[in-house]
Amino acid sequence: MQFALLIYHSPEEFDMRKNDYSDPHLGAWRAYYKALVEVGVYVGANALEVPETGTTVRLREGKRRVQDGPFADTKEQLAGFIILELPSIDAALEWAARCPGASIGAVEVRPLAPEAMLRGFTG
Amino acid sequence: MNGINQEDTHRIIERVARQSYGRLVAYLSANTRDVASAEDALSNALVAALTGWPRDGVPQNPEAWLLTAARHSFIDHVRHRQVTEASEPTLLLLRENSMEMTLSAEFPDERLKLLFVCAHPAIDPAMHTPLMLQTVLGLDAARIAHAFLVSPTTMGQRLVRAKTKIRDGGIQFEVPQERELPQRLDAVLEAIYAAFGIGWDDMAGVDQRSRDLSEEAIWLGRVLLELMPREAEVRGLLALMLHCEARRRARRGPDGRYIPLLEQDSQQWSLPLIEEAEGHLAEAANLGRTGRFQLEAAIQSVHAERARSGRTEWPAVVLFYEQLLRISPTLGTRTGYAAAVAEANGPEVGLAVLDGIAPDDVSAYQPYWAVRAHLLQRLGKTSEAADAFDRAIGLAEDPAAKHFLLQRRG
Repeated sequence: MQFALLIYHSPEEFDMRKNDYSDPHLGAWRAYYKALVEVGVYVGANALEVPETGTTVRLREGKRRVQDGPFADTKEQLAGFIILELPSIDAALEWAARCPGASIGAVEVRPLAPEAMLRGFTG
Repeated sequence: MNGINQEDTHRIIERVARQSYGRLVAYLSANTRDVASAEDALSNALVAALTGWPRDGVPQNPEAWLLTAARHSFIDHVRHRQVTEASEPTLLLLRENSMEMTLSAEFPDERLKLLFVCAHPAIDPAMHTPLMLQTVLGLDAARIAHAFLVSPTTMGQRLVRAKTKIRDGGIQFEVPQERELPQRLDAVLEAIYAAFGIGWDDMAGVDQRSRDLSEEAIWLGRVLLELMPREAEVRGLLALMLHCEARRRARRGPDGRYIPLLEQDSQQWSLPLIEEAEGHLAEAANLGRTGRFQLEAAIQSVHAERARSGRTEWPAVVLFYEQLLRISPTLGTRTGYAAAVAEANGPEVGLAVLDGIAPDDVSAYQPYWAVRAHLLQRLGKTSEAADAFDRAIGLAEDPAAKHFLLQRRG
């Protein structure tokens, strides 16, 4: 079963990305990724640029509405995601608790929708 | 009731609830096996106390008051259910008991039976501890869910399912027969130990998750001891928990920094708790039946000795681990043994013990990697050590432990 770990950062944690390579928080992230790969649960991952670089588009009554920044105006913003192959939600929550992002921001765990449903969208 | 304000009353209710919760639930559910209804009845009684006592004063015997109120609510509930289900035997049982109740505030302590029910072999072992925490101590599902890292909804559903099984699955409220007692008692001890939640007390390999339940676990351990004072392993478990609890303050620096056992300032350990632990361990030894928890407590006892002697008697630790391996060769035991052997006979011997464990078993077992990293580092194998440190850091949950390991890694 595949699960997505959705990583939410506070502004402070986004700022930490600029830190030196020796920053302990970044060190914890490196070790975490390495462990995911070596234990054999890693499927894929990606990080997103800071929220200020986002642009949100809506079409309402045939009109385009374009907004600077992210969709929701909240303190914690989506910063990236990790896809893991795991036997159960319990295992996924365990990996979420180990994620360095959990101790500063938040990590949401969501099962990936079943492939049959995905095929409904993609044909 | 002058001089007692609302706040005091609330505190009294809290205390009575804390002390009596398990006794009342156990008593109310012992005949009907309906734990969920007993809990509902008791929470109704507690709500009634919260509104009634500040107004009318705290009753002379608060526990008896709660029991009476809970019984009324319980009978109402069962009667209500009777409309759809045939609960006649339940009602009869309740009626039989209600006479004696009005005569005496004393009622039998059925908590032991309840503990054995919670850790019954027919119940999913993963639910033994949550059931105990809820039915004996009255912890709510959300708090239990946090400690066990599941969503509150899921934990709530699992608890409901387990209680339904107790009610409908023919699980008897009884203390097991002599023949099956050791095994059944073991399940109870395991469940209490799981609430305490120390996996391994060294090298930043501690799982912090259930840490906030350790006081509850000690409470359960004391309850069990009160009910089974002649069982050596009951004392062994309590001694183990008290020894670890004695070091709580020393495990963190003033800045929240993680401090491993060997670097802790033993002057910060709690002597009263150590003495109490030693007392239970000695008493257990008198009972003449050794076991897993006594051996684990004995290992902690050797460590505690450092507070007096200033040094750790590693050969003694190794000896206890060797006995422990014979009866309980878990990953935790084998990892702890490796660390102890390394201290007694050198890091290469410890490393050889770790190499003897199947790699698949330990790929996500954090304490193994923490100990391995430490031993490789002592042997000067820097790059292998760095890899092991990375795995230990990546598998750690506690930010303080991660930080400690990062610093060691260098």
